[in-house]
Formats: sequence, C-alpha cells, structure tokens
Amino acid sequence: MAAHTQPGRPNQLFRNLNSKIASIPMMLTAVVIFLGGTIWTVVYSFTNSKLLPRLSFVGLEQYERLWDTPRWIVSIQNLATYGCLSLIFSLTIGFLLAALMDQKIRFENTFRTIFLYPFALSFIVTGLVWQWILNPEFGVQSVVRSLGWTTFTFDPLYNSDIVIYGILIAALWQGTGLVMCLMLAGLRGIDEDIWKAARVDGIPMWKTYLFIIIPMMRPVFVTTLVIIASGIVRIYDLVVAQTSGGPGIASDVPAKYVYDYMFFAQNLGQGFAASTMMLLAVAIIIVPWAYLEFGGRKRG
Amino acid sequence: MDKSLTMPISGPAISGSNGSRLQAGPQGKRPRKVLSPRNIIVYGALGLAAIYYLIPLYVMVVTSLKGMPEIRLGNIFSPPMEITFEPWVKAWAQACTGLNCDGLSRGFWNSVRITVPSVIVSIAIASVNGYALANWRFKGSEIFFTILIVGAFIPYQVMIYPIVIVLREMGLYGSLYGLILVHSIFGMPIQTLLFRNYFVSLPEELFKAARIDGAGFWQIYFRIMLPMSLPIFVVSMILQTTGIWNDFLFGVVFTRPDTYPMTVQLNNIVNSVQGVKEYNVNMAATLLTGAVPLIVYFVSGRLFVRGIAAGAVKG
Repeated sequence: MAAHTQPGRPNQLFRNLNSKIASIPMMLTAVVIFLGGTIWTVVYSFTNSKLLPRLSFVGLEQYERLWDTPRWIVSIQNLATYGCLSLIFSLTIGFLLAALMDQKIRFENTFRTIFLYPFALSFIVTGLVWQWILNPEFGVQSVVRSLGWTTFTFDPLYNSDIVIYGILIAALWQGTGLVMCLMLAGLRGIDEDIWKAARVDGIPMWKTYLFIIIPMMRPVFVTTLVIIASGIVRIYDLVVAQTSGGPGIASDVPAKYVYDYMFFAQNLGQGFAASTMMLLAVAIIIVPWAYLEFGGRKRG
Repeated sequence: MDKSLTMPISGPAISGSNGSRLQAGPQGKRPRKVLSPRNIIVYGALGLAAIYYLIPLYVMVVTSLKGMPEIRLGNIFSPPMEITFEPWVKAWAQACTGLNCDGLSRGFWNSVRITVPSVIVSIAIASVNGYALANWRFKGSEIFFTILIVGAFIPYQVMIYPIVIVLREMGLYGSLYGLILVHSIFGMPIQTLLFRNYFVSLPEELFKAARIDGAGFWQIYFRIMLPMSLPIFVVSMILQTTGIWNDFLFGVVFTRPDTYPMTVQLNNIVNSVQGVKEYNVNMAATLLTGAVPLIVYFVSGRLFVRGIAAGAVKG
C-alpha cells in the first residue's frame, strides 16, 4: 500500500496532501474532541468548578466528596450488580441461542429477525415498554394474581431492593440478540472438520461445545465482552426511561449521576470527577484488551 | 432478495441451511425424523425464546389499540375487545409535554431534521476518511485512527461538557446544527472503521491501475471507489439512521425543548408526573417512536446483521 511513498522526496508536509485534507475531520475529532475533551474533563475534575468551569485547583477534594456521597455509592453498586449479571446472562443466553440456531434448523432467518429486532429499538422505547409490562397494577403481577395466585408479588420497579433486576430484564431483552448474532458468526467461522473429528472420536455434543468450540471462539468472546462491557458503563437512557433513577435513588447509575450534577445540580466539579471515574472504569476494561489485541499483533 | 446481495465484508458468511448439500453430493447423516427428541428440544427452546422476545411488541400493539376503561379492567396480554385508533391519533397530535400539546408529531419532524443531515454528513466524512486510511496512508494516519477507535470507548459523559463549551463558542449550542455536528463526530469511529475495512478488502490492483492511468485522490474516490461501495453505503446508512434516531443523551443535552428529538419528547410525555396516565396513548407513542428503526430493520433484514457484525467483529 505504501508503493507511492518514495523515500527521500522533499516537502514531507505536502506529499499526499489530498489525503491529509480529507482526513482533517478525523484528525480534529480524534485530537480536539476525543483526546482534548477527555484531558479537559480530567483536569477540571481537580477544580472546584460550580456553575461555570473555573481553574482553581483543590486537589482530590471532589473525589473525596464523591466517594462520601451515598448516591454515588448506590450508583456504583448498581452498576456492579447490573454489570456482572448483564455480562454473565447476555453471554450465556447469547451463546445458547446461537448454538441452537446453529443446529441446521429451519426458519433460521425468522428466528434471527425475532431475536434481533429489540436491538433496533432505542433504550427509551425498551425502558417504557418494560415499565408498562412490569407495572404492578396492570402488568405481570396483576395478571398472575388474576389467575388465582393472589399473593404473587413481582414489582421490581417499585421495590428499591430489586429495581436493578427490573432494568436488567429489559436490558437483556434489548441486547442479547446482538450477542447471539456475534456468537453465531463465530460459530459459523469454525471449521466443519472440527465437528467431524469430534464426532468420529465420539465426543458428546455438549462436551465439544464446552471444551473445543468455546476455547476456539476466544477472540469472539473477548470482542463481545468488550462491546458489552463498554455499553454497560454507559447505561443511562434505559434507567431514565424505565425508573428515572427511582424509587428514590435506588436505581441510579454513574452516567445519570454525572448528567444530573453537570446540568441540574450545577456542580460541575462533581460531574467531572464522576465522569473521570467512569473513564477509569472503561480504561480498566479496554487497556488490557487493547494491549493483548494490538500489542500482541505487532510482535507476531 | 437477501441471498442475491453478496458483499465482500469480511467475516464468516451466514449461509442457508441446505444450500451446500446439493453441491457436495450425498453425505452426512441420514435425514432425521421431524419429531425426534432433539428437534423438539431445539425448536421448543427457540420457540419459547421467540415468545419472550415478541411479548413486548405484542403488548405494545395490543395496549395501544384498547380504550382506557378496558385497560383498567382487563389484563395487558388480552387482545382488545374493541379496537380503537384514538390513542394513536392522540399520541401523534395531542399528547402534552409541559405546555405544548401538539403531540409527538413535532418530535418526529425534529428527529427527521436531525437524522437526515447527520446521516449524510457523517457518511460523507467517514467514507472519504476510510478511503484515505485504506489507500492513501500518510505518516501518522494510523495514530489518528487509533485515537479515534479508542475514543469510541470513552463514555460520552466525559466529553459532553467540553463539547457544550465548544458549541457555545461557535454559537451552535441548542440548535439543530450543533446536534448534527455532534452526531457526525460520534458516528465517525465506527463509520470510518467500516469504510476503511471495506476499502482495504477491495483488490489493490484496481487502485494501482487507476494510479498508473493518472487518476488522483478525488478522481479515484468518485469514479472507482464510490460506485463500487454501494453496499457498504447502505449498511452504514442503516447503522447511522437507527443509531441517531434512537439517541437520547445528545438530544437532551444539545437541544432545547422546542427542538427535542422524538425519543426525548416521548420520554417526557410518558414519564410526566402531571395528569392521569393514559397507558394506551403512551404505548401508541412508544410504538410510533420505535416505528422508524423497526421499519428500517425489517426492510433491510440481513444487511442490518451484516452491518453490526462488520462493525463489531474486526478483521
């Protein structure tokens, strides 16, 4: 690809000029918005900005206050619970559905269309539908009660102990189709001969999946994991639509905390500190992955 | 229709279930009985899952067609006894957000005015970018691209406030132009990746032949690359249209109440505290908001799958 770049020609800057002009939007976005914006926020998280960003540094005070705020602790706990369960369930359900779809079934397209359509819908729509289905007065709870089981209680959105599971149900409905699709693509990428060899050796199907196929699909799992995980940290719209963070602050999440402090509480410093914590969480996920993925490739 | 669309996006093709058997001749196991235990388990499990996935859509449709008295009496899963389209009319034209009572139609047209230019701008930028990255690499181009891709993982909350300041300085904060710019920026990583991967997968000889014939950067792009990349344009259009239509965060941060996109307005209508809750109107409004991405999804079918697979699985 580098055939046209001959070494030793003068005027480095103007070589390939059109390409550079065409890349200006990308460079600006990458450097000014992504890199610059991030650094700006991190720097201002060490200030005591209130209504307007001001450069008067107070060290780690905002972070200390952040970790002393019960609301932040609740939102972190929620994110941890939701994140772990969401990862486990969406990977399991997604893989199981993909494995079922891979059994040379009929109507594969129909099933795929059904499993994936929620992914086309927004989190707002998802949240509002599930808010309605989980409505204790009219939804699942009242239907089961009308069937005769009158003490049946299932009101996750109104019970602060289990509200995060109500959100999880909706999130899984929306997102597992995507995981299924990624897993199915991974399964299809596995050589038929592996299956034949396993069959010749008389290995039962579940063992083939567990000990041969899944280890072979490691890259697919890792990619999916990164995609789901970075989506989890961002979760915002769904909570806003489904519970508005309620009851009380029981279903608050970091992204909502950040938004509220930046645009309602007019406490920018808190917002910046909280968003920097979110950035840190993503970095913990992304950096090892990027290192394995790209660092390894250069050497190999 | 689906099978005629062959696209050189990399990633394993999802082939039909029995197409290859004809070419390969008789081989493999004997045909199974239809009602074998294995089939019952497989189809049973898939059927149950399908029901779970379909229930919300069904409940939305059914609820939106009922009158309020029926909703209060019956259960949410029962089909409507009397079908009424009044909730739909009301959701579209009369539902209230704050003091405005002109329904979701305003949000719909706002969303159209946001989505159409955003999709066009972001795809135009990303396709040229991807082309430059694939065929005209220059010193540092890969560094910028890496920053761009890593940036796609940064939570939006981290970058929102600096963007608010930049837009305010440019006088675009609160206007639709500002939001269009924001969508173009945040659509860039995935779109550029999509286009770059596509252009890399095209045969290099094409590019070289054009170079030898004396074609320049833009000439090759418009005369050779553009006509060849129609499928990837469709894929990225699908991705961007659904993505931008479904956006909530940017809409709520970067617009004012009279220019709110549909998702924001929908949330305000349904989650408003005042007044009697009209669940049928709410569900009709929800369906109306979901209608555009759903139509895009059902019409595009396999292209949608290709899009997300190409975007998500690298290489």
